[in-house]
Amino acid sequence: MRIPRLTILLTATAVFTSALTLAASAAEVHVLNWKGYGADEPWAIAAFEKATGNKVVNDFFNSEQEMLTKLRTNPGLYDVVMINAAFNDQAMAEKLIQPIDVSKLSNYADISPDKAGSPMLDHDGKVYGVPWVWGLTALAINEKSFDKPPPSIAVMWDAAHKGRVVIRDDAVEAVQFGAIATGQNINDIKDMEAVKAKLTSLMPQIKTFWSSENDWNQMVASNQIDIGTYWSGSADRAKTHFKLPVSLVIPQEGAVAWLDAFSIPVGSKNVEGAEAFINYMIDPTFYVEWVTKVGAPVSANTKAVAALPEDAFNRKVMGDPEVAKRIQFQAPITDAQREAYLALWQQLKVDVK
Amino acid sequence: MAAQGATATRSGLRSALPLLAPAYLWLTVAIFLPLSAMVFFSFMTELSLSGKPWAFTLGNYAAFFSQSLYLTLLLASLRLGLEVTLWCIVIGYPAAYVLAKVLKGRSREAIFLLVILPFWSNGLVRIFSWAMVLREGGILDTALNAVLPFKINIDLMYSYPAVIIGLVHSYVPYMVLTCYLTLQAIDDSLIEAGRSLGATRLQVLKRIIIPLSMPGLVAGAALIFVPVVGSFMEPRILGGRTGTFYGTVIEDQFVAVFNWPLGAALSFILLAVVLVILAVASPVLRRAA
Repeated sequence: MRIPRLTILLTATAVFTSALTLAASAAEVHVLNWKGYGADEPWAIAAFEKATGNKVVNDFFNSEQEMLTKLRTNPGLYDVVMINAAFNDQAMAEKLIQPIDVSKLSNYADISPDKAGSPMLDHDGKVYGVPWVWGLTALAINEKSFDKPPPSIAVMWDAAHKGRVVIRDDAVEAVQFGAIATGQNINDIKDMEAVKAKLTSLMPQIKTFWSSENDWNQMVASNQIDIGTYWSGSADRAKTHFKLPVSLVIPQEGAVAWLDAFSIPVGSKNVEGAEAFINYMIDPTFYVEWVTKVGAPVSANTKAVAALPEDAFNRKVMGDPEVAKRIQFQAPITDAQREAYLALWQQLKVDVK
Repeated sequence: MAAQGATATRSGLRSALPLLAPAYLWLTVAIFLPLSAMVFFSFMTELSLSGKPWAFTLGNYAAFFSQSLYLTLLLASLRLGLEVTLWCIVIGYPAAYVLAKVLKGRSREAIFLLVILPFWSNGLVRIFSWAMVLREGGILDTALNAVLPFKINIDLMYSYPAVIIGLVHSYVPYMVLTCYLTLQAIDDSLIEAGRSLGATRLQVLKRIIIPLSMPGLVAGAALIFVPVVGSFMEPRILGGRTGTFYGTVIEDQFVAVFNWPLGAALSFILLAVVLVILAVASPVLRRAA
């Protein structure tokens, strides 16, 4: 009596579950991106789902390495992935991402030519990444601690701010920051000893190493820090969305610039949905709403930036030719370099203990 | 007789097999296989998920000895493990004694509940709530300044003491539970006998209670020491500038540079060191018990 009933129950459950899975996977777009970085905004997802009938499923990473690991270990799971242009090469070489048919993206023609033609994203005449937004790793200040924004990066070493300075716990960012502070090219660091010496003298100033936007914003909210390295989009978000006394400073020595782009992983089950999603992400309507409601980096789409008010930070400051001269775009880094940077960074962290 | 005994054992094993099988199957699948894979990785030049060529090497283990960095951090982590274990004994043992020998009935249940309560919340939540308490202008700072007549400035966040506090809080229940079990098993009449034969309270503690509860102390210490030496989350969040330990460096190898072979090698060196420490300590502790 009992056993047949159990069998029926199990079969029914199995049938029901598989029916659910089938129905769900019909038009899902699996997106892999940083958390809180545009692609997971509820209003944006709702608008996209309504327009295309695709359901968006978000997954997140906390570092570029984690993103690559997720792509390597879950082939076929993701349809769209957001990759920093400096990592596009590596992802392509490992056959993690596939070429994109940009003729399907109506907004692609409006992307600024220098970004769309970036050799980091185009390989053998094929497009492996659609430029989305770009921004800076510069400095951000707690407005309560400064009367006027400091002009120079040297403020990080100022004894007046000892114990109230933060820097991201990321070897590559730290070394490139050191390169800028010593007046070097971030993609071709000639004098590593100078970088090491400069960073060594910075360590006693530091309160802690941040790893997420949330860390940074919490510390400003509780007035624990004065200044630190920060991403331009995050500083904008902290001010617009979280109403924190944060403002971005682009020091005269320059800043590290990065370009974020969308790619389609090899084995994507919904390429059409992926193309529609990427096209929506580079659309001016989405971008303006993102900047206004939440705060964002600078769009690679010229029409999207032009749709912002004239005095908007992303149009006025980031579009300023004077700023453009100071910034240095990140180029790809080899594994050997990355490991060497990490060894240096770990040594610095141990020496300060 | 002997043959009969052997049959008995065999049939005993056969009937025990269905009971043992799930646990051993689980251990094989969930622990033995991944761990063997990690041993394998630790001897590879490169983890080639993308089909890059690789070879066997001892280089990952050699890396540990070629740089003073890893040894410094390993010693720092061992010291952290010892300090946290010590504080757990200082705080946990008296609590376990009170629970086992002094409190009875309802009040014991209530206190027990309070001891186990931290286990029911997520570890990360506990650590972040410490962040709110310990920082300047945080709960501890504000509360003390509200009570004390003079102004003090408490900013423990992002320091070594903060790491100790966070870890002791996470691990002290283990010590309370293991010590409680052995303390409860001590026959009260032994203590009464000692007292009636003229032993002072201190002598009773030293000659009867501590020796008889030693197995619980040792088990608790081992349960705490091993994970604390490899801990990375608490130091990273609470330690700030001083929060770099052996565990965080291993985490970096896995998460930041995708160098699993080196990360795995560093983990096995840690495992070996911990096993050696436990092996050396166990005869000493057994003699003490």
